[in-house]
Amino acid sequence: MADLCAVHPSRRAILGTAGALFAWGAIPRIATAAPGARDPRLVVVILRGALDGLSAVAPLGDPAYADLRPVIALTRDGNGDGTGAALPLDGFFALHPALPTFGRLYAARQALVVHAAATGYRERSHFDGQDVLESGQPGPGHTASGWLNRLVAALPAGEGIPPRAALGVGVVPPLILRGPAPVLGWAPPRLPRASDELGRRVLGLYEARDPALAASLAHGLEVDALAKGGPKGAGGLRGLAEGAARLIAADDGPRIAALALDGWDTHANEGGATGRLAGLLGGLDGVFDAFAEILAPLWADTAILVVTEFGRTARVNGTTGTDHGTGTVAFLLGGAVRGGRVLADWPGLAHGQLHEGRDLAATTDVRAVAKGLAADLFGLSPAVLARSVFPGSEAVRPLGGLVA
Amino acid sequence: MALDPRRTALALGRFGLGARPGDLAREEPVEDALHREILSAAVPLPSGPDLAATPTLLSALQAEEQARKLAREGAQDAAMPAGPPAPPIAERIYRAEVAARLALAQGAPLGFVERLVWFWANHFTVSVARGPRLRVSAGAFEREAIRPHVLGRFRDMLLAAATHPAMLIYLDNVASVGPNSPAGQRRGVGLNENLGRELLELHTLGADGGYGQDDVTALARILTGWSLQRDGNAEGWPGSTTFRRGAHEPGAVTLLGRTYLDVGPEQLRMALSDLAAHPATARHVALRLARHFVADDPPPSLVARLAQTFLDQDGDLSRLALALIEAPEAWDPAQRKVRSPQEFVVAASRGLALTPDPRVVTAALASLGQPFWSAPAPNGYPDDAGAWASPEGLRTRLDVAARAGQLAADADPMALADAVLGPLVTDETRTALRRAESRAQGIALVLMAPEFQRR
Repeated sequence: MADLCAVHPSRRAILGTAGALFAWGAIPRIATAAPGARDPRLVVVILRGALDGLSAVAPLGDPAYADLRPVIALTRDGNGDGTGAALPLDGFFALHPALPTFGRLYAARQALVVHAAATGYRERSHFDGQDVLESGQPGPGHTASGWLNRLVAALPAGEGIPPRAALGVGVVPPLILRGPAPVLGWAPPRLPRASDELGRRVLGLYEARDPALAASLAHGLEVDALAKGGPKGAGGLRGLAEGAARLIAADDGPRIAALALDGWDTHANEGGATGRLAGLLGGLDGVFDAFAEILAPLWADTAILVVTEFGRTARVNGTTGTDHGTGTVAFLLGGAVRGGRVLADWPGLAHGQLHEGRDLAATTDVRAVAKGLAADLFGLSPAVLARSVFPGSEAVRPLGGLVA
Repeated sequence: MALDPRRTALALGRFGLGARPGDLAREEPVEDALHREILSAAVPLPSGPDLAATPTLLSALQAEEQARKLAREGAQDAAMPAGPPAPPIAERIYRAEVAARLALAQGAPLGFVERLVWFWANHFTVSVARGPRLRVSAGAFEREAIRPHVLGRFRDMLLAAATHPAMLIYLDNVASVGPNSPAGQRRGVGLNENLGRELLELHTLGADGGYGQDDVTALARILTGWSLQRDGNAEGWPGSTTFRRGAHEPGAVTLLGRTYLDVGPEQLRMALSDLAAHPATARHVALRLARHFVADDPPPSLVARLAQTFLDQDGDLSRLALALIEAPEAWDPAQRKVRSPQEFVVAASRGLALTPDPRVVTAALASLGQPFWSAPAPNGYPDDAGAWASPEGLRTRLDVAARAGQLAADADPMALADAVLGPLVTDETRTALRRAESRAQGIALVLMAPEFQRR
């Protein structure tokens, strides 16, 4: 769209439009950050469908890797003409060539990979796996609230971090953000927007009759006010990321956001340096690029965590794809990240080293990554993290040193 | 049954597709009308010149792709079609299927059977998001695998859905080959367990249904060989389902403790028949059905009764539908469910007696996150308020309602509320309608009122 507008709505403008409308009393006053204190932004990107970590970040140094993955394995040399070569990260791991932005950030020590990672879930259902990943609970069956929402709720009020709503990108909010803390929603608008007046009247009706709908609509309208004259955005995935990034970048914007990207379930014809998964990774790299570009002024305080419900089989299946597995990668990027590293307690890919003889074993719990990030970015204590954010995770120690 | 206007209005939203003008004034008790729809045993079948059988549609798509390939390769002697280029066939068929589904929804007296069709089509999700072969066949899947069995037996629907070309493509079974079959040995190819897993997790037992990885692999083995006809021959059109013995994993397979001998296509029929009769399947289906029609967190007594009916009646889905509408829990006067985007848009269109334009409806549904046959994943669209009554979801409903208000701006808002909601209209809504500053705004308020948003 041509009328891209980079206006960052000021706090006054937002309060001016939204504050008069809605019960701002319910949202505590914005505290000002103490001088020098960090005012961090955390974005969680969920890849639904189970990302093949062994293709996203290939363990080229593992002697079993190439044999497990005929046709789809990445190589150091690519096609021999320089194209399709995996991007070396260290002597052992190499990055999928469809992730050049991530590679650039890695070189600048602003991106890291956690490999052989997984939640505590060891079955292979996407939907249960996603519920565990997003709910932050030890097992499936808990879908009332998500860990990122409970993290927002656990943030201390008025201590540098505005205790305000988190942002869910998309029409359907991801589970990770559902829960008691207020959640704003945003998706690139496709229809002409209804008038503010209609919104006010419907909200009035809901306040009188239906508190649940009232709370939800109020947050929907609030984002509108935030975004007013702001994000219109290009189409597609990039537009989604750009719009979300603009909202986060606003002076008074949400500090925490989540978006979910579908389509990573590469059972057939997964492809190697090019093909189906490469296309998906290219889209993800565009999301990284959009965030890096638009959040540039806040980059030093930004961390983006990319997680998926589980990995895929180490061995290629009968249809040149991979089936549901266990260990995979998590990505962490942003100026607040102490990057340039692959964190892995590498379990190995020899038959006896595979989980149940088929999957990359998991040696790092993604909750340890998320907890480490939450602790270092927001100062949440291990006790709060184990009690409220990731219940039952006392044994999963926060991973230290992730934040620069 | 006596006439009870409140129950009529409630039932039209909860079990049907929403009241049209005049529906609330009907003489027949709504309970009788619901029973009649089920006992008539007639499931409407969409029709139209483009709504052909799946093999025909897949063949046409293939022919179009070949023609395009030839054109790209610069075949000079290819005849140039006159006039502007036609939309791709997959798009044309999808639009026709959407139009036909909408027409049935708009015209249905109550729409209970249509709602059941939508429910089962979502239970056995196939999605156009997968690509042109699904875009061209997802509507046909519903016509061929779902509708014929919506008032029939679950096991017949299960077999029809699992072996339909659209499902075989969507969940990758077309390429799954028994590693020890002749084809597997010759080509060095093997299993793809996608369909086997989702059949257990989503379509039958449910994720907590007590199966393991071995059962997933076992069912995947049983499914090997179920694929599509590549070329036309005596056995059928290209694109029709076929059982390729040469790709089927030989030998007996043990699934959930029961052994199935390798007896050809019957092996799958027997396995699915047993899965269909499994108590975990009954519980899973009962929970999903109750959650869909009654409440996000339905009363356990209702779920238990539906599950028992499913088992007692050998998976007879018309008996299951009757058990639902005969259950007192299903008539809770509180409207707990938030209408899904599809239910909302169709109810608005029925209430306003609009002639739905498929493109406009598709655009509205896309903005609300629920276009027909386009679920993001095999577990189908979500079925709870957390998904649909989201801040952005409600915000977008406001836009859709405003647009509908403009389209129907000569209607009287209060009359509309009386016609489609009747006794459900609250005093607060009436006050808001009296104060509306325009008819268009009043119409939008009716559509956004809690008693219209919920059912």
